[in-house]
Amino acid sequence: MYSDIPNSGHKPDGGSKQPKASPASRPKFWNDPQKRSLLFQTLLIAALGFFFYTVIDNTLTNLEQRGITTGFDFLTQEAGFGISMSLIDYTEASSYGATFVVGLLNTILVAVLGIIAATILGFIIGVARLSDNWLISKISAWYIEIFRNIPLLLQIFFWYFAVLRALPHPRQSLEFMGSYFNNRGLITPAPVPEDGFGLVWGALLVACVASWFMSRWAHKRQDLTGQQFPIFWASVGLIIGLPLLMFLLAGTPMSIDHPELKGFNFRGGLTIIPELIALWLALSIYTAAFIAETVRAGILAVSHGQTEAASALGLSKGKTLRFIVIPQAMRVIIPPLTSQYLNLTKNSSLATAIGYPDLVNVFAGTTLNQTGQAIEVIAMTMTVYLTLSLLTSLFMNWYNSRMQLTER
Amino acid sequence: MKYDEQPTLPPPANTIGAVGWMRKHLFNGPYNSIATLVLGYFLISWMIPIFQWSIFDANWIGETRDACTGDGACWVFIGARLNQFLYGFYPEAEYWRLNLAFILLMIAIVWLVLPQTPRKGWMAIFLLVIFPVIAFFLLYGDAFGLKQVETHKWGGLSLTLVLAVVGIVASLPLGIVLALGRQSEMPIVRSVCVIFIEIWRGVPLITVLFMASVMLPLFFPEDMSFDKLLRALIGITLFQSAYMAEVIRGGLQAIPKGQYEAADALGLGYWQKMILIIMPQALKLMIPGIVNTFIALFKDTSLVLIIGLFDILAIGQAANQDPNWIGFSTESYLFVALMFWVFCFSMSRYSMHLERKLHTGHGNRT
Repeated sequence: MYSDIPNSGHKPDGGSKQPKASPASRPKFWNDPQKRSLLFQTLLIAALGFFFYTVIDNTLTNLEQRGITTGFDFLTQEAGFGISMSLIDYTEASSYGATFVVGLLNTILVAVLGIIAATILGFIIGVARLSDNWLISKISAWYIEIFRNIPLLLQIFFWYFAVLRALPHPRQSLEFMGSYFNNRGLITPAPVPEDGFGLVWGALLVACVASWFMSRWAHKRQDLTGQQFPIFWASVGLIIGLPLLMFLLAGTPMSIDHPELKGFNFRGGLTIIPELIALWLALSIYTAAFIAETVRAGILAVSHGQTEAASALGLSKGKTLRFIVIPQAMRVIIPPLTSQYLNLTKNSSLATAIGYPDLVNVFAGTTLNQTGQAIEVIAMTMTVYLTLSLLTSLFMNWYNSRMQLTER
Repeated sequence: MKYDEQPTLPPPANTIGAVGWMRKHLFNGPYNSIATLVLGYFLISWMIPIFQWSIFDANWIGETRDACTGDGACWVFIGARLNQFLYGFYPEAEYWRLNLAFILLMIAIVWLVLPQTPRKGWMAIFLLVIFPVIAFFLLYGDAFGLKQVETHKWGGLSLTLVLAVVGIVASLPLGIVLALGRQSEMPIVRSVCVIFIEIWRGVPLITVLFMASVMLPLFFPEDMSFDKLLRALIGITLFQSAYMAEVIRGGLQAIPKGQYEAADALGLGYWQKMILIIMPQALKLMIPGIVNTFIALFKDTSLVLIIGLFDILAIGQAANQDPNWIGFSTESYLFVALMFWVFCFSMSRYSMHLERKLHTGHGNRT
């Protein structure tokens, strides 16, 4: 457009060559943005190349001097240490590779449990923060302010050392409905599935698929005829009822393994180690404070006119919240919510401070110390977290593009 | 017919004063009334024992464990170790150096926070450039006739502050460079910055600290040895700079495009444009975000305990293991929590105040 302006090199994107310009007005090569950016980038690549070359060279020399062989061969060697909690079969004879899997599964377990609890607690507190009842709103405000401003590690320590470790010994366990609570954790009766229990899982699957189809059908019918169908309660009934029916029909193929006190400790039952409980409590309580703020901000982001319009239409307060405010607020809430989930997952690595056998504790801790393969172990650990966060941001981008308001 | 103006009647008695307030905020409807009563009952039945334990029945005066009667909290425990909580293992004769550095820091911060003080720009430069140098010589010594204090003697709240302040001051320039690089039009510069930022943001701080303490010595020639504190600081700075870069990018993006174009139209070069036009406006918008990252960093400094540094939480942990004082871990956790809470809460209030000052929105606020 403004081709008569001399190319003085100030505008980086305006640096296209001007065939008409006389050779005298042609800028010096260091003033030509294109050439300059080329030079910068070459320098950057050279500097990075030199940096990585030095680092890798030093590392190899250092490793050689310490007698550590690089490579992933150590993953097949026998680990030779025990892990206090494992979701798969793990013995001391298992390989270092198995320790990676055990740690990863334990991380995922505590992250999923934490996410569920933190979401429920966070939504309750976030909505309560906006209640017009002064007491409820103040209590949730103080909850948020207290737990958000205290380091998570301190909260984990508090729950673990000051609360759970201070519980009585197994012989004086607190008993509650067949479960025992002591300083070795929570020991509950364990359900043991017998032959034919697979049918119940099958029924659950069928119920889930059926309720999905049912909700599609109900939506379609409502769009066509305006008739409503209680989807929620019907689905709940289906998902709980069908497996239960199948369970009874198959002749209750399950027995309960009750824990018993033998000597100084319990035998049988399902033991939930105190490390897991402490970590789960601290992660949920801490993250819930952040989720509550997210929820509050999301609800506040819905224009007040929407609420007023809903009351003008005669919707009750609960219905306004359910049908008008929450669906619009979710658009604002979901992106920060996913990043809170990611934070929770990353924060679960603090498990190592109290000895919960998560990825960082088992793999980047014991395995690293035993094998000395610092580079490989740390790289694998970081890759796991990086993959998780990349997946999360991919999801977020997908969600944002789907949920973007189509503005007129 | 005659119309007399009648005096305005007072509002109904139950809509004003304490009663009116309670009717409006606590008992406006049956559900709310029930909720108020139930919650109030629980609150009172929990608060009374907590206050009893922590204040009225607590032991405040004394030197040894015998001063604690066991009915309430034993704050004697904290009092006996207060110096360790604040100064770590710093030699007692040199405490004044830490105090002086802390006072300087506080003066600079108060100067920047108060709205009516002049010459904020110079103060900011002092805080970001000159103060770290002064503080280094004050704390480490070995110059100007000050005795050297090795970093393994640093600890407690002062170490926590050192980690947080160094982390934020060192990550600020790095973050600015990364943020500018991420917005750059040069594809290689941009992708290098994006990769750097995303890698550090994607991993937990604890693996970064592990990496800094285990892998950093491998990266450098054998004869170069790193102090443990320095390694932690490098890890924290790299980690923090990625978060800082995102905050700064947010500030840069909040500046209207017209400002960039106007600077271009005036014929300013890239750095002139950034330093004279964009940054002064953007930095102001970034302050709440920077304060928020500072709060996060301040809490995260507690993780250095895992690689064996004695920050205030680690001092508390160590105090709990003292055989003379077994059984008072709740007191020490509460004290450390209170310390962190006071710092983080006041900072978050300040950042909220700034956000309100800078933001005038049209949300669902009543």
